[in-house]
Amino acid sequence: MNCRSQILELTVEARQIEETVLAVLHTVLLHRSSGKFHYKKEGTYSIGTVGTEDVDCDFVDCTYVRVSSDELDRTLRRSVGEFKDALRNSGSDGSGQISLEFYQKKKSRWPFSDECIPWEVWAFKLNVVNLANEQERQICREKVGEKLGEKIINIIEVMNRHEYLPKMPTQSEVDNVFDTSLRDVQPYLYKISYQITDSLGTSVSTTMRRLIKDTLAL
Amino acid sequence: MDGELSPQDKKDLDKFIKFFALKTVQVIVQARLGEKICTRSSSSPTGSDWFNLAIKDIPEVTHEAKKALAGQLPGIGRSMCVEISLKTSEGDSMELETWCLEMNEKCDKEIKVSYTVYNRLSLLLKSLLAITRVTPAYKLSRKQGHDYVILYRIYFGEVQLNGLGEGFQTVRVGMVGTPVGTITLSCAYRTNLAFMSGRQLERTQPIMGIIIDHFVDRPYSGSSPLHPCNYRTTGEDDGGNFPSVDDSQEVCTTSFSTSPPSQLYSSRLFYQPFATLGGGSADLACCPAALTAGVNTAHPHQMVIPSKEGGIPVLPLHPAPGVQADGERVPTCNLTDMNQHAATTPSSSGEAELLSKSSEGKSGTPQDVLETTFTRKVGAFVNKPASQVTAANMDLPFAVFAPKIVESEDTDVMVNPPDSPILESPLHASLHSDQSSGSSGLTQDEFVMVELKPAFSKDDFLPMDLGTFYREFQNPPQLSSLSIDISAQSMAEDLDSLPEKLAIYEKNMEEFDAFVDTLQ
Repeated sequence: MNCRSQILELTVEARQIEETVLAVLHTVLLHRSSGKFHYKKEGTYSIGTVGTEDVDCDFVDCTYVRVSSDELDRTLRRSVGEFKDALRNSGSDGSGQISLEFYQKKKSRWPFSDECIPWEVWAFKLNVVNLANEQERQICREKVGEKLGEKIINIIEVMNRHEYLPKMPTQSEVDNVFDTSLRDVQPYLYKISYQITDSLGTSVSTTMRRLIKDTLAL
Repeated sequence: MDGELSPQDKKDLDKFIKFFALKTVQVIVQARLGEKICTRSSSSPTGSDWFNLAIKDIPEVTHEAKKALAGQLPGIGRSMCVEISLKTSEGDSMELETWCLEMNEKCDKEIKVSYTVYNRLSLLLKSLLAITRVTPAYKLSRKQGHDYVILYRIYFGEVQLNGLGEGFQTVRVGMVGTPVGTITLSCAYRTNLAFMSGRQLERTQPIMGIIIDHFVDRPYSGSSPLHPCNYRTTGEDDGGNFPSVDDSQEVCTTSFSTSPPSQLYSSRLFYQPFATLGGGSADLACCPAALTAGVNTAHPHQMVIPSKEGGIPVLPLHPAPGVQADGERVPTCNLTDMNQHAATTPSSSGEAELLSKSSEGKSGTPQDVLETTFTRKVGAFVNKPASQVTAANMDLPFAVFAPKIVESEDTDVMVNPPDSPILESPLHASLHSDQSSGSSGLTQDEFVMVELKPAFSKDDFLPMDLGTFYREFQNPPQLSSLSIDISAQSMAEDLDSLPEKLAIYEKNMEEFDAFVDTLQ
């Protein structure tokens, strides 16, 4: 099975990093989250309800919709915060890429550990610029807002192609497909990673790779 | 599975399409209410959430949608359209966008109705939620108030895009194939907002009253009436009693099977009759009031439409119960409804909180929510005096709508320094890359008045908001000695006193020299 991947790119100011990344990640996860499954007898299951919440950005002129789950929001903010700090520490005018990967677990026999097979990867590349004055920042705010809106439309376009999605699992297999750790919603299993390139365009010698959902933790 | 649709599948599919159409309308209209929407996730299925999404049903909107559908379903050649338009206080109106739910002939016979189609429709609704916040009309709708309001109209049949002006853009939200055709959802939105440019920027006079005609004669035949997106629960037709749930009282509780596809045929959706909902109906009935409360509290000025005579409206301290003008809506009813519902139904207070919480960040009883939000802008029917809005000009009713800053801004040299551009319309600046825009930005043709929205600034109606602060203090203040008035007055005096001053300085010359020496 081929893993499809999408790359989005945006040029932002340092203070806009967090909001633009969150907007993109939340938009993707909105489409890749389901209500909690409740399995019943006879192999049937029912699905809980997903609520949504509008979020206004402060540094970007845009509003995005996210799933109403504080847990999910906290998790995303944590990883986005790390990405943002790494970007800022790499110096001014750098760029970085944060990836959201959806995967399925495939159980292997002992002594082999479970395999993670990605089926969809979203890569969001950010180029960071520094602006000189408030006027430029205001213009940037509007422009990035428009661009972010276009990215959201791109995401939706991909989502509605109805390409491969993992089959709905049985109760015993649900943890191989979905992240069932959240109380209120159930996104597909995902992990977030990032890498930073400095302003020279070369990879930093230590490419940082943080796995937020580490399925290989034993 | 053979090509023919089974009767049960056909029935399911019709139901899905019908409720999808109703939910689509709800999402679109709610996105144009002018405030942030927030609904809660629930891990247990409630039985009333179609497509596993928490989308509230505003009864009036459902009623209008059903009226437009008139028992039919969107199908091939029969599209359901939601038209969003803007109406200014002067009575000019303009279509902003048209959302179309259509069906084409491309069928997908292999697809599973009760499972795949349902899930894909759910995905499409999520996409609609996201896209409605991205089209240009969203920003306009968030700023609706006394300058303009956003209206909606639902119609069924052929799509009409003539009113969108030249160069309108289309964005497709998504498509879902079904055995009877492919459902497509798209939006055509206006890009040319030229006529608004001159009017939007003039804020010289307070708006004395906005009359919204709910039954506007449209040039198109078979037209349906326009409705404000800041809806009201009381209507002329039904006396304010809209059925909160579908006539057929059907609610979907989905149950899916994890068995292999060949056995999927045997797993069915089961429906609970409305009678079992009990508490659910009460919740739904409370929803409109709660939503009204949300609308009230977040944008109380939207509800201020008392002036029918055109004169200065009276500012009553308490809502008049159950007053209905002829054919025109009176916001007092909503306040009464809301108060009643808020007093009797705890769930509605929760929801009122929910809706205003995201924008206001406050929690508490509805009364508290009312109070805290009303401190931002005093609307009609405020029971408690706003602590913050204690402007001296409270003598004049609706004085808060009168821009307080405009006069001082125009004459104050600090605010309008000759050589610094004021970003009255940063959107304009960004659209046209025109950094030399003047103070009013009336240079180019097509732009939308978007106020300077500095970082951290919430939608904020206080006289001294962050944007005003930026404008006023963008440059250092002028030295008082350079101000013309003072210098003109004291010039003569200065000249007269010069000889005396010179004499004193001569006398103290040694002191000055000693001082200079200490500095070296």
